[in-house]
Amino acid sequence: MSVFVLRRLMQSGIVMIAMSVIVFFGVNVVGDPIDMLVAPDADQAEIERVIRDFGLDKPVWQQYTVFVSNAFKGDLGTSFIFGESALKLIVERMPATLELAFMALLMAIVIGIPLGLYAGLRPNAISSRLIMSGSILGFSLPTFWVGIMMIMLFAVMLDWVPATGRGDTVSVLGMQVSFLTADGFSHIVLPALNLALLKISLVIRLTRAGVREVMHMDFIKFARAKGLSSSRIVMVHLFKNIMIPVVTVLGLEFGSLIAFSVVTETIFAWPGMGKLLIDAIQQLDRPIIVAYLMIIVVLFVVINLIVDILYSILDPRVRLQDAAN
Amino acid sequence: MNTPNTLTVKNLKTHFFTKAGVVKAVDDVSFSVKPGEILGLVGESGSGKTVTGFSLIGLVDEPGRVVGGSILLNGDDLARKNEKQWRELRGKKIAMIFQDPMMTLNPVLRIDTQMIEAIQAHEDISKQSARQRCREALVRVGIASPDERLASYPHQFSGGMRQRVAIAIALLHEPDLIIADEPTTALDVTIQAQILYEVRKLCSETGMSLIWITHDLAVISGLADRIAVMYAGRIVEQGSIDEVLDAPLHPYTKGLIESVPSRNKRGAKLYQIPGMTPSLLNLPAGCAFSSRCSAKQSDCLVATPEITQLGEERQVRCFHPVKQEEMA
Repeated sequence: MSVFVLRRLMQSGIVMIAMSVIVFFGVNVVGDPIDMLVAPDADQAEIERVIRDFGLDKPVWQQYTVFVSNAFKGDLGTSFIFGESALKLIVERMPATLELAFMALLMAIVIGIPLGLYAGLRPNAISSRLIMSGSILGFSLPTFWVGIMMIMLFAVMLDWVPATGRGDTVSVLGMQVSFLTADGFSHIVLPALNLALLKISLVIRLTRAGVREVMHMDFIKFARAKGLSSSRIVMVHLFKNIMIPVVTVLGLEFGSLIAFSVVTETIFAWPGMGKLLIDAIQQLDRPIIVAYLMIIVVLFVVINLIVDILYSILDPRVRLQDAAN
Repeated sequence: MNTPNTLTVKNLKTHFFTKAGVVKAVDDVSFSVKPGEILGLVGESGSGKTVTGFSLIGLVDEPGRVVGGSILLNGDDLARKNEKQWRELRGKKIAMIFQDPMMTLNPVLRIDTQMIEAIQAHEDISKQSARQRCREALVRVGIASPDERLASYPHQFSGGMRQRVAIAIALLHEPDLIIADEPTTALDVTIQAQILYEVRKLCSETGMSLIWITHDLAVISGLADRIAVMYAGRIVEQGSIDEVLDAPLHPYTKGLIESVPSRNKRGAKLYQIPGMTPSLLNLPAGCAFSSRCSAKQSDCLVATPEITQLGEERQVRCFHPVKQEEMA
């Protein structure tokens, strides 16, 4: 186990080095931030001063080594626009995004798995067909359009929930969260559902496919031949088997939930990292973009590690000591 | 022979209602098993022997249904049971062992979980005493160090060991009847021999009845007391193992026996029954075996032969049974 984790950490290190190279050089090719930073009427001396201040006069590879050596000290650069540490700016907004992503993940599990189970166990029922057609819609409708429609319907026409913002927050373990206050919860429901829609559909289809496959296995028939109740067969024998692919995919998709939150956060004016990134891209605030992407890489690496460990708990055949040998 | 039968099956019919038509997988099948007796149910793939087995334990999958006949287990007609009553019977009175031991145990559950739940499904019993019973059951099927084995997962077992575990699970409630669907087909011959020996011993010790479904006559000849040969959903010949194997009456049985390699002379070409099992969707008129039968005559193509009862246990479904001088 510890060997496995150690090896994974080394691999992650390599991934992060590769990613930092791609991101850093990639961002440096796009546009010229100086145009955004200096006043339109600034003279040449003023422009050159700004360029020097931000270290943009040095060649790219030198800028990169400065970035890396600073990164090891925990400094991912200073925002051109805000003049503050990029890391600090992102971390400040991270709880909002994580809260939204977790809420969406929770919705995907709580709504997706029961519906998928139902559709898998009664494949010919009309209700099952409705669920499956609905999941196709969830897959194919664009998130931003569904988000706008949701605001129209639930916030404007029905006036059930507010359309934008985060509402009241409370501090839990030093993080500001919305979902624990009534006002905050009413604010998070709509964006979280919007973000979760794609994942709910995914989980429904994945669960249904798993049920259809596993129900025909001999061990299910053998379990029935033992005289077990159908609830025991579904909840223990079936469930543990279908959870293997569902956990794997959901774990990997959690990363994309954070990434997709860019769209949802923009529509619902949710003050998270995604909104910060969009603004940074528009203003060519390079340090923010780079820092954001590096943080996302770390997140993905951590998530994948957690998925691997969870996976081994669910499936005894891939216990991690085997992988280490 | 006055002991009451453990199981009496009368005119059992299991049909599959598919889009292409009704498949009569089991069509008018009757047989019986006495306490402690081993019945060999023999036939090719698609002859309906497995569906017969599943019908007896109420596990015929959609679109199949038992549509007629009676299944009397100690006088109790199972064909009239609802799903709840079936659940109480399964594992308790009738148990089943499956063909592929690699597939019958749930890969993500430990052996103890899978054994204890089988006991607790039928008895209100503490986990500790259930575990004790599991330990004894494993020892009975020849598994050493049961405590260690109970804490293992199926993938840590060999095929033979897994089949022993499956047999141990089937034995947990000492059922009246065990249906074994080709349980040794997937195992190598050494393990097969061990398991056959143990199953025989367990049957005679406990007085359980056993239906052994197989296509392997060599296995049956050393194991069963009686044999029923199935072809295209029907039993074509039935009788004590010695009578049927030494003096087969149905041309199909004769063909099956002649195609067992060990019975043939070294170097001689192995006998083969010509043709293939007919599709159950469109059986030929008359006797289902007529297209492959070397002894067929014109009447075979017109009418389906009925069962001819010869003696108390011997029966055959053929117009022109094999005359014994032909078997040399």
